[in-house]
Amino acid sequence: MTTPLLQAKDLRISFYGVQAADGVNLEIREGEFLAIIGPNGSGKTTFLNLCTGYLRPSSGEVYLDGKPITAMAPRTIARRGIARAFQIPQLFLDQTVLDNLMIAVAAKRGIWVPFRALGADGRRREAEELLALVGLDGEAQQLAGALPEGRRKLLDIVIALALKPRLVLLDEPTSGVSTIERFTLMETLMAALRRAKVTALFVEHDMDVVQRYADRVVVWDSGSVMAEGPPSEVFKDERVLRNVVGVA
Amino acid sequence: MRAALFLIALAALALAPIAAPWLQFVLTLALAKGFAALGVAVLLRGGLISIGHAMFYAVSAYAIAFLARAGLNEFVVLLLLGTLASALAGLLIGAFLVRYRAIFFAMLNLAMSMVLYALLSKLYGITGGTDGLRLAVPRFFGLALDKASFDTALYYAGLVLMLGVGYGVQRYLASPLGHALAAVHTNELRLEYLGVPVRFVLLIAYTISAALAGVGGAIAAMAISHILPEFAFWTASGHLVLVAVLGGIGGVAGPFIGSLFLEVLHTLAVGVTDAWNLIIGVALIGVIFFLPSGLYGLIRRRSGEPA
Ligand SMILES: Nc1ncnc2c1ncn2[C@@H]1O[C@H](COP(=O)(O)OP(=O)(O)OP(=O)(O)O)[C@@H](O)[C@H]1O
Ligand SMILES: [Mg+2]
Repeated sequence: MTTPLLQAKDLRISFYGVQAADGVNLEIREGEFLAIIGPNGSGKTTFLNLCTGYLRPSSGEVYLDGKPITAMAPRTIARRGIARAFQIPQLFLDQTVLDNLMIAVAAKRGIWVPFRALGADGRRREAEELLALVGLDGEAQQLAGALPEGRRKLLDIVIALALKPRLVLLDEPTSGVSTIERFTLMETLMAALRRAKVTALFVEHDMDVVQRYADRVVVWDSGSVMAEGPPSEVFKDERVLRNVVGVA
Repeated sequence: MRAALFLIALAALALAPIAAPWLQFVLTLALAKGFAALGVAVLLRGGLISIGHAMFYAVSAYAIAFLARAGLNEFVVLLLLGTLASALAGLLIGAFLVRYRAIFFAMLNLAMSMVLYALLSKLYGITGGTDGLRLAVPRFFGLALDKASFDTALYYAGLVLMLGVGYGVQRYLASPLGHALAAVHTNELRLEYLGVPVRFVLLIAYTISAALAGVGGAIAAMAISHILPEFAFWTASGHLVLVAVLGGIGGVAGPFIGSLFLEVLHTLAVGVTDAWNLIIGVALIGVIFFLPSGLYGLIRRRSGEPA
């Protein structure tokens, strides 16, 4: 068996007595689209925080390609190929949409190019291509802070993709997006991910989206994995239906 | 339109000392403070406010006095070494300060500058204490000039430097590093998740800002010829922040506009009234309420460009 791209082993962390990760074991294999579902406050975002070095587990390890990354800073982990889009988009609100993306492109290529304009050396072109890919090209010159929530979400995702990651962690990519636009967004996103051959893990509350796009589903409950498998199986599970799908 | 305004302003600056010779010294000091205020403005881009930047102004001035005492007396060499001394001091102090943000950063800068001020005042044997150090007239590109001719040469050299250094800083701010600096202000978390070493970005900015204060300190030292601990006093640092905000931090020209405006206004006002602080206060309130991007923003708006 090949080494999983990302592997979490027995991760634990608690906040003021709440076990937000209570022995999490999870593997993500190269090329898969893995969905995480689970009730509010079950520790999904905490898991992403643990995997990206934002939080340090009290015990357990995270491995990327079989090598531990547990104690590393988010910056270092990002450089190793894990990018993240946030539940609440993290943008440079008083810069333009294009600048936001050019900064990401520059971050990937190396920001140490003194006296070269941000848009020079093909950075602008690359950023514009990415914007066009997700249909944000019309808003390129707007301030990121002026975008509506759904568009911010999208920009946050492309910023993550600009890093050309091997693995992208998406925290509720479709929240804040209307039900009608959700599938358009997911189609665009999936196409972009497939084209760039990026492995993806996404936390999602919309079961229709999960059903349609996930290769595998992991069900979270109170800080640990309660069930996992292909969507067709997981959604037949009594406990899952009762605890998660019903609530979510 | 903007280019025309720019050229008119530049021509006015170049001709001013000829039309009104008493203005030359005032303008030289205004340029010196403009450089230092530009340093403060660079940090403000990253959301960091330094109320201790006069320390780098003083480092350069004292470095020049020491070097002159050691026998170096060429303007260009003194200017470069003074600036270098400030940049090194900035690198050193910055390495410690870039961990801090907001009020902690501001206060630590203040504290550092107060320590320097105290040292400069007390180490009489080295710094001359509150008597300060005198500086002989340096040579100008090898030429031995009298004080008056040197002062004129210094002023025009300052103008040329303003253009050259200003252009360099503008390029820096427009580069990925400059944008990353602004991004530290808006979203440090996102920057970190992009794999950008935030502290490194800040350290570069801090070093550049210290070097800019150093250029100012060097010009001031050579214009005044008498270096005092007051160069590092906290009110001098406060003045730099005031100049930066008044002039506007949106563009490189802002701090110079602010500095020239204040210095000339000051000179004119003290002759007429002793309500100088009132004038400054009212001007600052006016700018903060009506011109959030400073005096420079006013010019940009008039010329139909977004401020
Ligand atoms: N930094 C933190 N400090 C304190 N408590 C935290 C912190 N992060 C998470 N928690 C707590 O840990 C639990 C899990 O939170 P988490 O955000 O991971 O849930 P989630 O599954 O992402 O929920 P949602 O679906 O609402 O996004 C919650 O009880 C939350 O209040
Ligand atoms: Mg969450």
